[in-house]
Amino acid sequence: MDIDILRKQFGNGILDISYFRGECTVTVDKEIIVPVCRFLKETEGLAFDFLSDCCGVDRLSDRPRFWVVYHLYSTAYNHRLRLKAAVNDDNPVIDSVVSVWPTADWHERECFDMFGITFSNHPDMRRILMAHDFEGHPLRKDFPLEGR
Amino acid sequence: MSAETMAVNLGPQHPSTHGVLRVMLELDGEIVVNAKPDIGFLHRGIEKLAEYRTYHQIIILTDRLDYLAAMSNNLAYVLTVEKLLEIEIPKRAQYIRIILAELQRIASHLFWLGTHAHDLGAMTPLFYTLRERETIMDIFDAVAGSRLTPGFMRIGGLAAEVDREILHRIDTFARYLPDRIDEYESLLTDNPIWKSRTQGVGILTIDECIELGVSGPLLRASGHGRDIRKTEPYSSYKDFDFNIPTGTRGDVYDRFLVRLAEMRESARIVQQAVQNLPDGPHIIRKAPGVLPDRDALDTDIYAMIRHFHLITEGVKPPIGEVYHCIESPRGELGFYLVSDGSSNPCRLRVRPPSFVNLQSLVKMVKGKILSDAIAAISTIDIVLAEVDR
Repeated sequence: MDIDILRKQFGNGILDISYFRGECTVTVDKEIIVPVCRFLKETEGLAFDFLSDCCGVDRLSDRPRFWVVYHLYSTAYNHRLRLKAAVNDDNPVIDSVVSVWPTADWHERECFDMFGITFSNHPDMRRILMAHDFEGHPLRKDFPLEGR
Repeated sequence: MSAETMAVNLGPQHPSTHGVLRVMLELDGEIVVNAKPDIGFLHRGIEKLAEYRTYHQIIILTDRLDYLAAMSNNLAYVLTVEKLLEIEIPKRAQYIRIILAELQRIASHLFWLGTHAHDLGAMTPLFYTLRERETIMDIFDAVAGSRLTPGFMRIGGLAAEVDREILHRIDTFARYLPDRIDEYESLLTDNPIWKSRTQGVGILTIDECIELGVSGPLLRASGHGRDIRKTEPYSSYKDFDFNIPTGTRGDVYDRFLVRLAEMRESARIVQQAVQNLPDGPHIIRKAPGVLPDRDALDTDIYAMIRHFHLITEGVKPPIGEVYHCIESPRGELGFYLVSDGSSNPCRLRVRPPSFVNLQSLVKMVKGKILSDAIAAISTIDIVLAEVDR
């Protein structure tokens, strides 16, 4: 897997490429998340046609505070990639990738439900696990484990 | 909604929804115009709970995700932690893990088969499949002291040795299981009522499956051969000779055939693993985060200190993030761990196959009749505890 073509294609939009325990993680600017995903899916040799997972991570003390993490898999080449985009606390919005992988629909709804990260252009952006009138986002680090 | 259609609530209290799934159906006569699954009734915040527990304490939480395949959940989680800690575990432990995971696959498919047939009006198979599942549950009881939630795997290996007598029982079971599967097949496979209820129902193509992230038997019934045990082998699966059954039409009937064939393959794996089981320890003690031998605590002060340290404070893995997935009975079951260097994970994300596969329900039932919707729900083989977490 030649991941350097991402750098050639997107230049400064690719913030970091790192390896840990044999896994490759690419951090991208959240503004270009949809073009990057489309490129990863449609480029010959990468062909990440299967979105395994998409979830949020709260790094309370970091700036920007949230990550949105995508786990990609290619059924043709049997390789994996982790894609990360950082999202700010004061305006937690990122573009939806449902247009690239329809499976992202429920993942993004769950991420919204649990972290309060809004996905723009999502077809049905509402809570999925918690009740519709629930207040707060339970997986945020400042949401207490019990008692409020 | 229009004036011609009618809204019907299926669930959350309905036997065919396999737990607390609610589907809001919009019906035009008997035709399903639209379906909206409503989930979350069983949400217990397991991912949140995990952030407040040590890496060892999380093992028992994973039992409660997919309670029909607790061993598989244990396995996926400990493999993820072992990847983070870079632990290579003994061959014997790897083989026993495979035996347990494959028995769990058989147990899960048996339960699925019984309830699936029951949903479609065939009452009898449930009693037969539960008989065999009970044998597996008894084996788990003997191995781990618990039937449904064994919590038997540990970081670095297994909680205890599996003795010769139990291995013999496992081997005997794996040998007679194919005959029992023939019995189920004699009830269903050529049964014209069964065929008319399942053939051509709930079809998904390979492309639709991949778009929707569908994995496991659903994907394979559509004709795609992806099985993580083959494509990304873990825990010594490459030592074994087994086939990946696939279907052709991707309908409810093919998924039934694929799961039956999978049980036969699992029985083969179990037999090979029992026959070729290497000697050696069931856990590697000299690795970070692995609990010392219980008996050593009485005689060895260092073991005592280490045990105390691991129980009170827990292991502190390096800063980093790992994702590891296995082929659970339902598909790709993955765990994503983010470690900040403390003794609790910063984030533990479960990639639940049931949750993702359930998304395909809408595609399967739209435009079909209501009774097909029941077949489609049970063919996905959802466990709501895993969907809602």
